[in-house]
Amino acid sequence: MLTASSTPVDQVAIPRSGSRTTAGETLAFVARTTALAGVALVVLVLLLVATGHDPAVALTALVRGAFGSWYAITSATLVRAVPLALAGLAVAIAFRAGILNIGAEGQLLMGAAIAAAVASVVGSLPAPIAIVCILLAGAAAGGAWASIAALLRQRFGVLEVISTIMLNFLAQYLIGWLVRGPLQEPTRINPQSKSLPDALHLPVLLEGTRLHVGVLLAIALAIGAWWWLKETAGGFRLRAVGANAAAAATTGQIRVGRTVVLAFVASGALAGLAGSVEFTGVTYALYDNFSPGYGFTAIAVALLARLNPIGVLATALLFGALEAGANAMQRDAGVPSVVVSVVEATLILSVVAAERWQSRSVARAESGT
Amino acid sequence: MSALQSTLTINGLESASGFLEASVRTATPLALAALGECISERAGVINIGLEGAIIAGALGATVAAGAAGAGVGFAAGATAGVAVALLFALFTVWMRADQIITGTAITLLSLGLTGTLYRTVYGSVGVALSTPTVGVVPIPGLSSIPLIGHAFFAQPLVTYLLYLMVPLCAWWLVRTQAGLALRAVGEQPEAAIAAGIRPRRIQFAAVLFAGGMAGLAGATLVLAQAGTFVEGMSAGRGFIAIAVVVLGRWKPIGVAAAALLFGGANSVQTLFQAMGWQNVPYQLFLAVPYLLTLLVLAGASGRAAAPAALGKRETGER
Repeated sequence: MLTASSTPVDQVAIPRSGSRTTAGETLAFVARTTALAGVALVVLVLLLVATGHDPAVALTALVRGAFGSWYAITSATLVRAVPLALAGLAVAIAFRAGILNIGAEGQLLMGAAIAAAVASVVGSLPAPIAIVCILLAGAAAGGAWASIAALLRQRFGVLEVISTIMLNFLAQYLIGWLVRGPLQEPTRINPQSKSLPDALHLPVLLEGTRLHVGVLLAIALAIGAWWWLKETAGGFRLRAVGANAAAAATTGQIRVGRTVVLAFVASGALAGLAGSVEFTGVTYALYDNFSPGYGFTAIAVALLARLNPIGVLATALLFGALEAGANAMQRDAGVPSVVVSVVEATLILSVVAAERWQSRSVARAESGT
Repeated sequence: MSALQSTLTINGLESASGFLEASVRTATPLALAALGECISERAGVINIGLEGAIIAGALGATVAAGAAGAGVGFAAGATAGVAVALLFALFTVWMRADQIITGTAITLLSLGLTGTLYRTVYGSVGVALSTPTVGVVPIPGLSSIPLIGHAFFAQPLVTYLLYLMVPLCAWWLVRTQAGLALRAVGEQPEAAIAAGIRPRRIQFAAVLFAGGMAGLAGATLVLAQAGTFVEGMSAGRGFIAIAVVVLGRWKPIGVAAAALLFGGANSVQTLFQAMGWQNVPYQLFLAVPYLLTLLVLAGASGRAAAPAALGKRETGER
C-alpha cells in the first residue's frame, strides 16, 4: 500500500450529499467562520505588537489597500483573487476525490509555459480565437502535467504527494530553460519570453482598471464545478471515491482508477488554466518566478473553503484581499508583507484543529464515554 | 604541444576537483535535512514542513551566532528546527491531523514568521548583515588525496558530523532494538502495538529528530556557506530533501549518495563555466535528479522501498 491517500482528507471534506442546508447549519457555519477569522486576527495583532508596530495603523492600511478604493478592489484584490480561485478549484476537486495534489504550482507553470509557446504561433488568427486557443492550451498542458502523477499513482502506486513535488521542480526548471532558450525574447538579453501583443491580451472588464474577464471565467467555473459535483453522476462518483475508495469499488458500479485519473487531470487543467489566464490577463510574459506560489496558497484557499467550489470563490477573495492589503501595509505602515503567510497558516491550522476536535468529540459521543 | 596538453589536464583536474568540492558543499545541508526526514519517514511520518524547519534553523543560527559565536549558532539552529517540528508533531502525531495539510501550513508559517522577525530585528532589506562563519578544517593526510581529497576532506566540521551520522543512522535503523521498533511503526503500526511498542512516542521522537537535523541544515546554510540570512533562503531545500529521501530509497547510505547527486546537478553550472561551455542549458541538468527520482519511483524496486504506513494518520493507538 503506497497510496497514503486511501484515507482522504476527510477531516476537511464534507462530502455529504442530498442534505438541505438548515438554518442551524448555516448559523454554525457563520459562527465557525467568524471564530476562525477572530483567531487569525488575534494572531496578526499579537505579531504586530510583538514586532513593534501599531496594530491600528497597520490594520487600517491593510483594509485600505484591499478595499479602500474602487481601484484597490478591482485592480489589486480581485486581480490577485483570480489565479487563487482557479488554482483553489483545482486543489478542491482533487482533494474531494481523495487525491493529495500539491502540484497545482507546477501545473500552473506548465499552463503558463505552453500558453506562451502557443501565443508565439497563433498571431495570424483572429484575436478572440487566438486567445481561446492560448487559454485552452494552458488548460491542456496543466492536465497533461497532472496526468503524469495520475498514471504514476495508478500504475505504480507512487504517492502523488511525492511525484507532484518532483513535477513542480521540473516545471520550474523547464521554464528556466525555455525563457533562456526557445522562448526567449528576440533581443536575447532578458530571461523572459516575448511580451504578448496587445491584441492577445484578455479583455479588460472594467474601463480604467486592470480587472480582466478571467474573473468571470473563475466565477463560471466555480458554479459549474459546484453543480457538477452536486448534481451529476460523475460528481457523485468523484465524491464517493474520495469519501471511501474501497467502498466505492465494492459497489461494482464505480471504476475507481478511472475516476481518480479523470479527477486528477481535471484538477491539473484548472491549475493550467490559472497559468494561461495569468499570462494573458496580467503578466503578458513568461519568466522565472512567474508564480509567487499561487499553487501553494491555493491549498490554503481550498481547505479554508472546506473544498466547496463556491466557498473557494469567497476564500480566494479573502486571500486576494489579504495579499493586496499586505502590500499596502508594507508601504504605508512598514509591516513586512510576508506577515500574511502567518495569517494564512494560522487559518489552515485552526481549521485542522477545529475539525480534529470535532471528530474526536463525535467519536467520544458515539462510544458513550 | 606536450606543455599545452599538460596545462589542459591540470585545468581539467582543477575543474573536476572544484566541481566535486562544490557538489559536497551543496549536498551537505540537503543530506542533513534528508537524513532526518529519512528517519521520520521510516516511522511513517512525511514532513512537508521540513522547509519551515530549515528556514527557522537559519534564522535561529543567525541570531545566536551574532550574539555568541558560530558554535552556539549551530545549536540554536537545531533548536529552532526542533521547535518547528514540535508544532508539526502536535498536529500530526498527537491530534492525528493530515500530515500534508499540516506540513503545508507549517512551511507557510515559518517562511512568514522568519521574514517578519528578520525584518523587525535587522531592519528592512538592503542592510547587509554578516554573521560569524566557520571555516574549512582540512583533515591531514586525507585532504591531500588527489582529486577527491580536497573535495571531501577540506570541509567545515558540520560536514564531518554528517559523515559520522550517516553510517550511525544506518546501523541504528537495522541493528538496534529501537531502530527495529521505529521501522515497525512505519510499516505495520498495528503489529508494533501488539508487540508493546507505542507508535506515538516513536513518531514524536522521529519528527523532532528530523526537525533538529533540518535546523542544522539551515544553520549550515548561514554559518558555513552564505555568512548571512536572506529571506526564504531555504529555497525549496525542504522539498528537495524529500526527493533525496525517495531517490536514496529510504536508506541512510542511499540518502547520502542521492544528496551528492543533487548537489552535483546544482554545481554543474560552475563546471560548465570553468570548462568554457557557455551554451549548455544548465537548467536541464538541474532537472535531471528530479527526473531520476520519478523514474526510481516508477521502477518496480522503488515500490518495495517506501514504508507501508507512510502518511497514514491513524496508527490504531488509542
